[in-house]
Amino acid sequence: MLKRNSFVVTTALRLAALTGICVILAAGCKKGDSAMPGVTATEIKIGQSMPYSGPASSYGVIGQAETAYFKMINDKGGINGRKVTLMSLDDAYNPGKAVEQTRKLIENDGVAFIFGSVGTANNTATQKYLNEKKVPQLFIATGADKWADPAANPWTIGWQPSYRVEAKVYARYLMKEKPGAKLCVLYQNDDFGKDYLTGLKDALADQYEKVVIKTAAYEVTDPTVDSQIVTLQGAGCDALLTAATPKFGAQSIRKVFDLNWKPLHFVSNVSVSLTAVLKPAGLDKSTGIITGQYLKDPSDPKLADDPGMNEYRAFIKQYMPGTEPTDGNALYGFSVSGSLVKLLTACGNDLSRANIMKQAASVQKQIVPTLVDGIELNTSATDFRPISQMRLAKFNGTSFEQMGDLISGD
Amino acid sequence: MNMVNADIASTPTRRITGRHLWLAALLGFAVIVPLLSSGYHVFQMTQIVVYAIAVLGLNLLTGYSGQISLGNGAFYALGAYTAVILMTHAGLPYWATPPIAGAVCFCAGFAFGRSVTRLEGLYLALATYALAIATPQILKLDAFEHWTGGNQGVVISKPTSPVPGLLNDDQWLYFFSLCVAIVLFVVAWNIVRGRTGRALVALRNHPIAAGAMGIHVAGYKSATFGVSAMYTGIAGALGALVAGFVGPDSFQILLSIQILVGGVVGGIASIFGTLFGAAFIELVPDVTKQVSEMSPSLQWLAELQYPAYGVLLIVTMLTMPGGIAGLVRSVELRIARHSTRTPQN
Repeated sequence: MLKRNSFVVTTALRLAALTGICVILAAGCKKGDSAMPGVTATEIKIGQSMPYSGPASSYGVIGQAETAYFKMINDKGGINGRKVTLMSLDDAYNPGKAVEQTRKLIENDGVAFIFGSVGTANNTATQKYLNEKKVPQLFIATGADKWADPAANPWTIGWQPSYRVEAKVYARYLMKEKPGAKLCVLYQNDDFGKDYLTGLKDALADQYEKVVIKTAAYEVTDPTVDSQIVTLQGAGCDALLTAATPKFGAQSIRKVFDLNWKPLHFVSNVSVSLTAVLKPAGLDKSTGIITGQYLKDPSDPKLADDPGMNEYRAFIKQYMPGTEPTDGNALYGFSVSGSLVKLLTACGNDLSRANIMKQAASVQKQIVPTLVDGIELNTSATDFRPISQMRLAKFNGTSFEQMGDLISGD
Repeated sequence: MNMVNADIASTPTRRITGRHLWLAALLGFAVIVPLLSSGYHVFQMTQIVVYAIAVLGLNLLTGYSGQISLGNGAFYALGAYTAVILMTHAGLPYWATPPIAGAVCFCAGFAFGRSVTRLEGLYLALATYALAIATPQILKLDAFEHWTGGNQGVVISKPTSPVPGLLNDDQWLYFFSLCVAIVLFVVAWNIVRGRTGRALVALRNHPIAAGAMGIHVAGYKSATFGVSAMYTGIAGALGALVAGFVGPDSFQILLSIQILVGGVVGGIASIFGTLFGAAFIELVPDVTKQVSEMSPSLQWLAELQYPAYGVLLIVTMLTMPGGIAGLVRSVELRIARHSTRTPQN
């Protein structure tokens, strides 16, 4: 009898615990299907997966800037009377977690689309799922070129110029300004670095073998790129493209100077941060390097009165106090959000997924005030590269000076 | 350290009936809830099942044989990549991959275990830590890029349900994983209840005495490493199917730590505790985020996701040194004692 008593109590407790779990899980379930998922008369719900923690957490600023941007938009009355709710979830830069968060956003939170998730691997991991579900994967933050493939993945579109486009810009400049130049390339031995080689091949075509006389690769695990630079100098190049991440960009700039080698030096756009690259390399040693820009340089003193940049600085002051306006990631988040707001405004009252994607594929001459003057965003049903122009800029020892006209990397 | 012994020694008849009921309820829950849930929750439950297998693998190693591993994430990655490579390069169907991934990982784990038999405690933990640290970079190596896809990783097609009217793809994958898990749990149950289990516990509690009693110390240790790696590898293969993608960044050191957290929180020498541990690592990191969304006044919590997780972990360890399984056991004991005492008063 006594034993039986305790048995009943324990079993009851166990069942109670189980029921509790059931209730919690069931409470989380929401259902809702309509022609415009994630959209009500007063709200547009969108989502993204961001590296707020983990090895790439510095990109988290992009998500913070975007969240703050939509707060500003909502304070101003939203888009066509609808407030925008951006659900920005942490994936720790882990593709598996990105899949989980993306599924949560689509299936559980019912967002209209995915906007601006960071990372090539993370977007690769979710691309198939989103395209199968016909959910737009808009303006994702990665420089890989493979996103511009509307035939295979009609629901995915990037935003920034890809590394391949950037390399084309350098090649075109070189062919125009310095015909007969001999180009050496230092590149990171992964998809990032190899995209630059592909771009050079695109732009130089049958000239490639003649122009690019030597390439040298380095591994992200290499301590320095000194020996590669020495090899490249020995090949007799008068132009150099450093397709490197910041640490190696700085090493390359310093070594080129120390060798007293004076090539026309192109440095990839990701590695020209004043604080992270040029100062460690030495500002005097960095003088003369050339890079391609599409965002305005937030540290350029000549842009102190630029209306676009003033708007950005006012935004930082009010909505992201404590953030340095010179943080390129904040500027990026601000700019891409502005682009999205224009897109959603163009959608009018038809915020179905199909129409959002249709509008994303028919952007005409869109101007974003924080992009380099003259850059227009254009897309079509076959062209999924919104930004494909850059302007070259040369470092003068304190800041970058724009040179020449916009160059297209189409 | 005594809880396992108690567990093994005392299996009176009444207890078994209780266990059976508990098991039946759990199984019922595991079968019915996914049939009623949305896709994302089924996905989450599949993740929990996958983590449970991985945590169980670690429990066998750390909880029963006493070898601490911070490197099981490496075997998880090996299993995941084995499955994906078999599917994309050898054209194998998805259902054939977990056993092969398990076999590959068993060999790798056995070889690794064999080579580190002399290392104990913290030294072993560090050696396995090295394994976990090295994994993402090895996966990025150019030499393997043809198979591993390098930095980009590999995308695979998710398994489709053979009975689409009855179960959707997510539910199918869930039940597939659940079946694999049940088999592995039964096997583990039998391992630890039998002679091998007693040998492992003896090894953990006193290696010298165990050796003196005739237990082949090196053999048992490396075999346990192999079995643990096998479990983790099978979990990895299933995990790859669930995510539909493998990439080096999916297998950072954090994964190994998570598996260990799951093991310790669930109850390091408990088989059914692994379920709680797995649920913990899948659900708890996001709990603060969800709480913060409930009301604007709780919004500040969203910024403190990881500190909150840390505090929760510390509190769990202080209040439940035996993990959740240990807590459940002590509550049961207390109730049993209470109900036997009441009539006397």
